[in-house]
Amino acid sequence: MDPRRGARVVIDPKVRQVGFFAPGRTQSAPPESSSPPVADNSPAGNSLSPVMIPPPRHASDNLHSARPVLCPPLRRPGDTIPVGSYNPSEFFPGTSPTASFYSKVGDGEFSEDASGAGWTHRGNSGKVASSFPSGGFDLTAVKPSNLTTVSVVNMPPGISVKTRGALIEVQNEQPASSRSLKEKTSKAERRALQEAQRAAKAAAKAEVSKAPIAASGVATPVNAKPAKASKPSSQKKDSASVTASEKKGVDRPPEKDRKKDIPHPRMQFDDKSRVEKAKRRAVVRPIEVRNRVELFRHLPQYERGTLLPDLESKFFQLDPMHPAVYKVGLQYLAGDVSGGNARCIAMLHAFQEAIKDYSTPPEKTLVRDLTARISSYVSFLIECRPLSISMGNAIRFLKSRIAKLPLSLSESEAKASLQSDINRFINEKIVLADKVIVRHAVTKIRDGDVLLTYGSSSAVEMILLYAHELGKQFRVVVVDSRPKLEGQLLLRRLVGKGLSCTYTHINAVSYIMHEVTRVFLGASSVLSNGTVYSRVGTACVSMVAHAFRVPVLVCCEAYKFHERVQLDSICSNELGDPDAISKVPGREEINYLDDWAKSENLQLLNLIYDATPSDYVSMIITDYGMVPPTSVPVIVREYRREHLWI
Amino acid sequence: MTAELLRSVISQQRVPYNNQAGALIDAIKAVGEQLIAANPVELAVGNIVRRVLHIIREEDLSLATAAVAGLNLSAVSDDEDDGEREDHPVLSAAAVAAAARSTLRPPSLQTLLEDMPDSAAVPQSSSSGGDSEGKSKSADKSSRSRKLKHDIIEAVNELIQDIATCHEQISEQAVEHIHQNEVILTLGRSRTVMEFLCAAKEKKRSFRVFVAEGAPRYQGHVLAKELVARGLQTTLITDSAVFAMISRVNMVIVGAHAVMANGGVIAPVGLNMVALAAQRHAVPFVVLAGTHKLCPLYPHNPEVLLNELKSPSELLDFGEFSDCMDFGSGNGSPLLHVVNPAFDYVPPKLVSLFITDTGGHNPSYMYRLIADYYSADDLVVQRRPASGN
Repeated sequence: MDPRRGARVVIDPKVRQVGFFAPGRTQSAPPESSSPPVADNSPAGNSLSPVMIPPPRHASDNLHSARPVLCPPLRRPGDTIPVGSYNPSEFFPGTSPTASFYSKVGDGEFSEDASGAGWTHRGNSGKVASSFPSGGFDLTAVKPSNLTTVSVVNMPPGISVKTRGALIEVQNEQPASSRSLKEKTSKAERRALQEAQRAAKAAAKAEVSKAPIAASGVATPVNAKPAKASKPSSQKKDSASVTASEKKGVDRPPEKDRKKDIPHPRMQFDDKSRVEKAKRRAVVRPIEVRNRVELFRHLPQYERGTLLPDLESKFFQLDPMHPAVYKVGLQYLAGDVSGGNARCIAMLHAFQEAIKDYSTPPEKTLVRDLTARISSYVSFLIECRPLSISMGNAIRFLKSRIAKLPLSLSESEAKASLQSDINRFINEKIVLADKVIVRHAVTKIRDGDVLLTYGSSSAVEMILLYAHELGKQFRVVVVDSRPKLEGQLLLRRLVGKGLSCTYTHINAVSYIMHEVTRVFLGASSVLSNGTVYSRVGTACVSMVAHAFRVPVLVCCEAYKFHERVQLDSICSNELGDPDAISKVPGREEINYLDDWAKSENLQLLNLIYDATPSDYVSMIITDYGMVPPTSVPVIVREYRREHLWI
Repeated sequence: MTAELLRSVISQQRVPYNNQAGALIDAIKAVGEQLIAANPVELAVGNIVRRVLHIIREEDLSLATAAVAGLNLSAVSDDEDDGEREDHPVLSAAAVAAAARSTLRPPSLQTLLEDMPDSAAVPQSSSSGGDSEGKSKSADKSSRSRKLKHDIIEAVNELIQDIATCHEQISEQAVEHIHQNEVILTLGRSRTVMEFLCAAKEKKRSFRVFVAEGAPRYQGHVLAKELVARGLQTTLITDSAVFAMISRVNMVIVGAHAVMANGGVIAPVGLNMVALAAQRHAVPFVVLAGTHKLCPLYPHNPEVLLNELKSPSELLDFGEFSDCMDFGSGNGSPLLHVVNPAFDYVPPKLVSLFITDTGGHNPSYMYRLIADYYSADDLVVQRRPASGN
């Protein structure tokens, strides 16, 4: 688990600066490490293995044998790693990440922390202490929040003790040996880190935006973390974070920017070990899902139904969560708030509340602690429902604003500026953007048109209403699909406003498409290869429209654009409640599948999104104007630049 | 399934059989008209009526040939055929096909067959009074033998048998089309599809099935339940997820409501969407249909575009939307329309393969099968009642 956090850290820009110390340190090491005495290392390796490594790993022998080989490349992290660091795969949490820290501790760099934690052994020399620990702490603080699933798992005390024991042993050894050990492990570590990164990726989006912070305050790691963490675990984290920071520092410098460009890989839920870990860290304990669909094992399975009552009951127990955030989380869970814009706005308002009530704990800097806090909120929200891409972008924005707060600002000023930033984001990127989109789109509606829309998109609804206000004569076809039937709500609102509507289900879309002249669709996100990621069924509608030569106009605010690319709807998606499929509201006679969960062979699949290939889309209407889908990457790039300048 | 209905149709038709062939045809036409009028969308009914008519004619003719062996009608028939082509441009394709076909039947019989339709079709198209002429002609022929009725009944029984067993015959071919670990998608429920899949399962093929639920009738739920009962790996998806899933599907297998002469398919609503998605991802789109679903009409005929619009209550809760429904009633037309069609038309270019009880066929080959099963003048018979309605 530690390695993961470490990985997280790697992502974080803050760490970088801290990391710079590391190279110097590591460089000193080389001579020693070149000839590591195997015997010395072995005890440490053995002792560590039980702690860090899941059962199969036990073979400490492997470690030994591996060492000599590994050492040289690892040796100079600064030289070899820089590129790789960005690549998540390089970090491997594997065998003994802790070993590395401990070895360091032995060197005495970590001394302050160690003492604080109550470790008996101090480092041989407290050389680096002041600067280094701070870096480590930053990482720790950030990490828990960053990890989506995360939060701290309480480690059984026994483990922590063991690690300490191991640590002690290491320390006793000569510093040189310890170092070598650490280096050996480092490759494995990297990989571990990388994995961790993946695990954290959901949260990762948000984090990416953070700018490096130079601050070297004294932060006590334990405090920074969400309350859940128990002490021993926190210590571990610290150590882990330290290692991570080192690496990062080494790797980092040149490629900051590029790193940002690459979207983080998302958590793959078919990796059992990682899922196990994630589960242990989760605030809520989900019930094991039955009858999974084989093809979608990599996605988080739907478990909201069981989560809701559980979370509700805990409403007053979770200290670290701000009530406003908690409320929003529950709303997501219950489905009260849905739709990309609504969810995003709800989340931002909740953050606003949280920032208002926030006060920096003593001994911490606002920037770091608040970022950590936000990240922990985000991970909670993700537990409630996976983030939409628009929300990821908004979080990224917020974090970058936090990171860029001038240090000179007082706390209240900083808070005020953040709140106004959030307001500005909501107004500019969502409300105003919608208005602009409406203006653009209305020009595409002519008298006598028959407009088809699918599901319920707030932007499309505004367009239709505005066109109606302008006195245009047109008809609307609302196409709907199970199980959400959001179209019915839209239909009701439109009819209430006096628009002439036709309602049908998605199956009949090719029947109705004969008379349609335009298709207006909303989108959850537009990806940079022009793929429109939207409510499931959108692809079907636009495909049929394409086949009937009807233009498809997608309305999407630019803040929902994302640089990720996606080819199909399988790799990344969200699973909804399977029970929603088996039951048909208002049709009690359809009850063939009431006991579907009993039969192993039957799975119900309730996808939430699908990806519409760009060739079905004639035009994307955004707040920057009307563009063909091929121009999306341009918008993404420009948008990010502007974003940074705000 | 319509098979049961058809059986009852035929049993009704047996009643007037004690006549001679001409009278028989008349009677069956009358019954057929009624049946078709009762449900013009149920094309299979018309198909069966045509089949029975065809059988009667055939039996009649075979008897006639036996009696009058040396008749040199064949030369005449060609001329008549040409004349008929001009008279019936709509039918010309079928007629040409019929003329050009090489069936298992002996050539002499075939020419006689052609001859018969011509004589019947021409008068019918010119005027309704012409009917009697055709009938009298056939009546003359039929009078040559008293064996006719018996033969016809036997042939009709055979037809019933065929229809009853078409599922098995279709599903026998399942193993040839489904390989190990195949992923199959289907929509709604069709007994043919279910038996097809089960037959493959019984042959020890293991594969998974995605079933789209087929809203608003949700027959997919029933199918999923049945498949699971037979031990198939089944995943039920919403109709909207079809496009998302189709990229992981190896084959789409669906049933049909009717197969048109051009190879197009009248199918449960939603299948056009599925077919388009399948085409996009180059997934074979296979239609299972018994030959009784072959309809000798071309979908350009307006009556085939006839779709059945079902009750809006399947889509919307009346109670909930009653206020919307009468919202605009003050100014004449309501603001809210609900469209709930029952069928989709899938054009032939989207269909990869038809599997019928006589084997697999291309969409472009359908006209040929139709010529095998129907005689050309029956198309006209069919059309009259439809237009009469």
